Order: sequence, then C-alpha cells, then structure tokens
Amino acid sequence: MFAKKDILDIGSLDPAEISMILDTAEGMKEINERPVKKVPTLRGKTIVLFFQEPSTRTKLSFDTAAKRLSADSLSISQSTSSIVKGETLIDTAKNLEAMKPDVIVLRHPSSGAPHLIAKHVKASVINAGDGIHAHPSQALLDMMSVREKKGKIKGLKISIIGDISHSRVARSDITGFSKMGAKVRICAPQTMIPMGIEKLGCTIAPTMEACIEDADVVMMLRIQKERQGNILFPTEREYATLFGLNTHRLKLAKKDVLVMHPGPMNRGVEIASDVADSEYSIILEQVTNGVALRMALFYLLAGGNRHADAD
Amino acid sequence: MRMRIKGARVLDPGKIDGQKDIIIKDGIIEDIIDPKAVCEDPDITVLDASGMTVVPGLIDIHVHLREPGHEYKETIETGLRAAASGGFTAVCCMPNTKPVNDNSQVTRFIINRAKELGLSKVYPAGAITAGSMGNTLAQIYEMKQAGIVAVTDDGNPVENSNLMRRAMEYCKGLQMPVFVHAEDLSLVDGGSMNEGFFSTFWGIRGIPNAAESVMVLRDIALSELTGAHVHFCHISTRESVEAIRRAKQRGVNVTCETAPHYFTLTDEDVKDYNTHFKMNPPLRSQADRKAVIEGLVDGTIDLIASDHAPHSVVEKDVEFDQAAFGIVGLETSLPLSLKLVSDKILTLETLVDKMAKQPAKMIGMDNDIKKGNPADLTILDLEKTYKIDPATFKSKSRNTPFSGRRVKGCAFATIVDGKVIHQIK
Repeated sequence: MFAKKDILDIGSLDPAEISMILDTAEGMKEINERPVKKVPTLRGKTIVLFFQEPSTRTKLSFDTAAKRLSADSLSISQSTSSIVKGETLIDTAKNLEAMKPDVIVLRHPSSGAPHLIAKHVKASVINAGDGIHAHPSQALLDMMSVREKKGKIKGLKISIIGDISHSRVARSDITGFSKMGAKVRICAPQTMIPMGIEKLGCTIAPTMEACIEDADVVMMLRIQKERQGNILFPTEREYATLFGLNTHRLKLAKKDVLVMHPGPMNRGVEIASDVADSEYSIILEQVTNGVALRMALFYLLAGGNRHADAD
Repeated sequence: MRMRIKGARVLDPGKIDGQKDIIIKDGIIEDIIDPKAVCEDPDITVLDASGMTVVPGLIDIHVHLREPGHEYKETIETGLRAAASGGFTAVCCMPNTKPVNDNSQVTRFIINRAKELGLSKVYPAGAITAGSMGNTLAQIYEMKQAGIVAVTDDGNPVENSNLMRRAMEYCKGLQMPVFVHAEDLSLVDGGSMNEGFFSTFWGIRGIPNAAESVMVLRDIALSELTGAHVHFCHISTRESVEAIRRAKQRGVNVTCETAPHYFTLTDEDVKDYNTHFKMNPPLRSQADRKAVIEGLVDGTIDLIASDHAPHSVVEKDVEFDQAAFGIVGLETSLPLSLKLVSDKILTLETLVDKMAKQPAKMIGMDNDIKKGNPADLTILDLEKTYKIDPATFKSKSRNTPFSGRRVKGCAFATIVDGKVIHQIK
C-alpha cells in the first residue's frame, strides 16, 4: 500500500516508496506498447492539470498518463484561470476542490505552491514543478530510466552539469539519486552553484572533465537563456566551451555511459548535436518512461489497491 | 489624584535598584519612597505590584502602525493597544504609510490621533526622501517642527549614495538621527529568505548577508564623512555587527538596533513555506544569531526594537515568494528579550537599558524614574510563564512565528502619564 497523499518533492519519499513507484511504473510501461493503449483502472476519476507556467512535455505527459488509465483529465492554465483576475492560489485551489477532483497536478512559478494547496485540499496533489524547488516526477522518471538500463542505481556515478541554482530538476535528481545510493557529482559555473548544495547529497567537481570522468550517467541541464540576462555567464559560446557536452569530453566517461537531458535541449550549447543523437543518449526514452511513471503516480494515489489491469 | 505603586522592586539602570514605592500625582512622579513610609493622602489609589519590577517605560523605536493608508493591517489605535499590552509606553512609528509621512500634515495627523487616544506615546519618524522614493529630500525641518524625532526611508534603502550623504549633512544640522534601512536591492535580487543551505533546500531565492553589510559599510563611511548620527535598524548579520563594532571603536557616530527574532530564530526555522517566518532582513544563520547576541552583550548593539510589521492574511496566506515581509512584534518583544536574562546572557539591568533607556536617548526623551518626570512606567512580571497565543493579541494582525512558544515574563502593567493603560487582572 502506498501511504502518501501527495507527491510534493523527492525529499519526502523514502527509498522504499521510490522503489515502489519505479516498480509500478515498469509495470505500466507495457500498456503504452499495446495497440489499444488504454486500461479502465481510473475510470470515473478526475484529474485536474493546473499549470501556472508554460509547459508542453510535462503537461502532455501527465495528460497522456491520465487518459491511458481512463481518468478524466481537465486542464486550466494561467490565462484561463481566475488568478489573472486576482484570485489567490488558495481560493483557486478551494474552488477546484469543490468540484471533487481526485488528483490535482500543479505546476507553479513559486517554490512551495504545491505544499500550500496540499494543506487546503483533500485531493492528492502532484507537484509538476514548483519554482526552483522540486520536480519529483522528472527525477522519478530519470531514476526509472537509469535503473532500466543499468539494472540498479546504487553505486552508480551520476554527473549533473548545468544551472544547478535555478534547476528544480537538479535538486530533485541530486536528492533522489543520492537517496538511492548513487554518487552524484555536479559541475557548473560558480555563479550557478547554490550555497550548501553538497548537503543535498552531491560533490562539486572543479572542472567539467573531473565531473565526467568515469561517469555511468551524464545528465545535462538546459541553460535558460531567457532567465540569465548575461550576468551568470557571458555568452553561450563561452558556456559551451567550458561546460558543453561534446564527443571529446564524453570519452572520459565509462564506455557504456548514458547521456540524459530533461529537455528542452539547446543543441550546440549545453549539448552537442551528435552527442544528443548518439547511441549513448536515452533522452527520448526518458520521455517515453515519463508517461509510464506518471501513470504509476496516478495509480498509486488514486487507484487504491486495484491492479492496473483489473475490471 | 495620587497613585502609589506598592510593593515592587524599582529598577532604573545605573540610578535606582531596590524595594521602593512610587507616588504619582497628576501624571508626574511625585516621589520615590521607602515601602514603609506612610502617605497622608486619604484618597490615594494603590496599585499592588508585590513581587513585580518597575522599570522606566519601555520604548520600541521601530514600529509600523500602518495608519494612514493600511488600516486593514493595523490602525494607530490597535497598534498602540498592542504596544500597551506589550509593555511599551512609547513607540517610534515608521513613515512608510500611505501617504508616506514625508510632510508635516501627515506627521501632525499621526501625533494628533495618538494624543486623542491617550494610550502609549507616539514619536513619528519622517521620511528621508520625498515619498521615500529616493530622489529628493523630504521636508525634514517642517516635519521636525511637527514632531518627528528621526528620519528614515525604512522599507527601502536610499540607493543614491550622494543623496544619502546630503541627507546626513542636512540632518546633522537639525540634530536629528538618520535611521538606516541597510539593504542593497541588487544583491537581494528577488530573494525572500537568507541565502544558505536552507534557501537551496527549499528552492527559495536567497538574500546574502552582504546585501545588508555592504550598505552598513557604505553608511559608516558616510557617517564618517559627514559626522551625522547614523542609527542602523534591524541588524541581522555578523558582518554588520563587526563593521559597527569597529566603527564605534574609532569613534564614528553610529548606533544600531536588532530585533528579537534575530537573536531567537535562524533560517533553519523557516519550514514548509510558512510565511510567518518571512521578514526583511531575513532570519540568518546560527553564526549570525550568535554574533547578534555577542553584539548585545558587548554593547555594539545599543538597543532592541521589534520591527513590528503587521500584515493581514491577504499578504501572508500566499506563495512564500509572493508573501509580504514582516512580523508583528510589539506583544512578543518583551518575553523574547527576557529570555536573554533568564539564559544569563544579559542582566535585567542591561536589558532594561536596551529596551527603555537607550531608545529614549535615541529619540531625545528622558524616561528616568525620578521626581518631576512624567510617570511613564512599565511594571514587569518576571515570573509568569505562558504560551504565546496570537488570538489574544491587541494588534489587528496575527503574523507571528512565535505562536505556541512557551515564554516567561510579561508586562504586568503599563503606565503612561500616570494612567494605567494596561494591567493584567
């Protein structure tokens, strides 16, 4: 039995819960390969996708996951919600609650927004990314993808490179992989390493080369051009020179290294095109696994103890 | 009409400490007498303060009363009732009202409203710059004529260094202290809690210590240049404390205050996006908390002020980064500060100095317990233990991180001009 009401961040899940989610997601994966990709498991359940920040793949992934389990999914976004009319987040959440949804999936620019609404609604809340805090479903699908390829997480060397300061994916991946026994190294310009990050469970490598050396997994983060205003690094060209992943650097990693990226990629900036498309890359498999992982979350939160193929 | 405060220890730091009775007549301290002495007046009322400690009226020199303009958060009346309840006979109110107290009309409005109420006394601070916009000097002399005791753009820094220099020179000529809200907004960079492991953990943008100390160092330099009295508000970092300590050692005309939350809590206490732990400057690290305490002990930090900043649920029951900065403090400042005494960090005498005498000096008033002075007195009950309960606050707002905290000590009674404006029955 999965005991959590909400999935707010990785820090609040214990290793057994993470394993249970990953096991469930593996089971879900097969449904997505069938000619008829739908099971009736969550028929009659209502899932609200409440996205207060632009998103295509995460939203589509949650939406697809809901539909494959036969749940009714509804979405509201910033422009269609009353937030633009000055309604507070709590009031919006209470109004959603009044329509009796089973799960609310929230993406929000403010860190902690899902925690705030979780206190005010009976529905399960899934954090689909809050500010620079957490993106638990992304970290879980990353762990699922690594475990699938490597057969384990424990003892692996995971390297994460990019804007750690402003990345909720980085925080969740560092927390999640280290919790599952991996050794996490990070690397970024000093301007993008937040204070005390090591205490989340990682070491800071002095150079890109030191970070990648002997790695089992190299995960590149998107450099958010729109966010930085040229104060954290001078140009994309200089960033690519110092911190871009190219074939030359990738040779420092293990022979069977996995290259990952949460997307969307800036080809030629944090990741060279040939690396993104190489045999090492599992970037698209991450997307495939994302649907299965989110089906698992819906199932565990809203499906009770019924088997996914029941009915 | 005479009143006798009977049975208490009277403590006026450096002046009186002993079992005395105080006779008040027509709002003035008429005499301080031996407890056994007999008073002939048959109509005298007696305030039994056995076991209590009478001290000079406590003064909180950093309070936001919110009126005019933000009466839904606090009014002069509710703020002053909170002050009385917290043991404060006087407050200095910050000018960031709406309109800003940058002219004599607003100053007079505040002073007249406070006089009508007859509760704790109000000494307003006026703005340094017109509208606290940081562009041109406010009408400081006219406000002084109307009754301001200091100037500050509190809530905002004066970013333009030359304007700050001129403001200091101008105020020096008027013998008026400049209260500095030390904050470099470019370093704050949208942050809403202390920068450190905990801001990283919660994914909240951080405010570095340097955002405060950079401006403290600038204004020490400007005080040195101009000779003006610069008073630093709500000091929260070890770097600021050290900078002020060194400035004082070489004779720069600076003073400073801290608030109870900076010596009581740290950024580790900011949890689960609870906006009652969000204030500006933010709760800092354990090392900063220790440095603030050391500053209080060695006298670098002259006084304690609460930075009482009432906000309604509209500003607080929202996303952490969207929430307003600030907490109420008038009704918790005394018990939180008394903890320094029970922990044997400060003597009661030193604490009273920092909560009554130094604040009085700062705003140019005399609250000594002596014959002929107005009877502005706080009677402390040092023994009472209780849990802080925001539901009992007289303030209109409830934004405190100290709800449910067990504390010891409170204001048994607050007396202003001989009138008992608060008393625990």
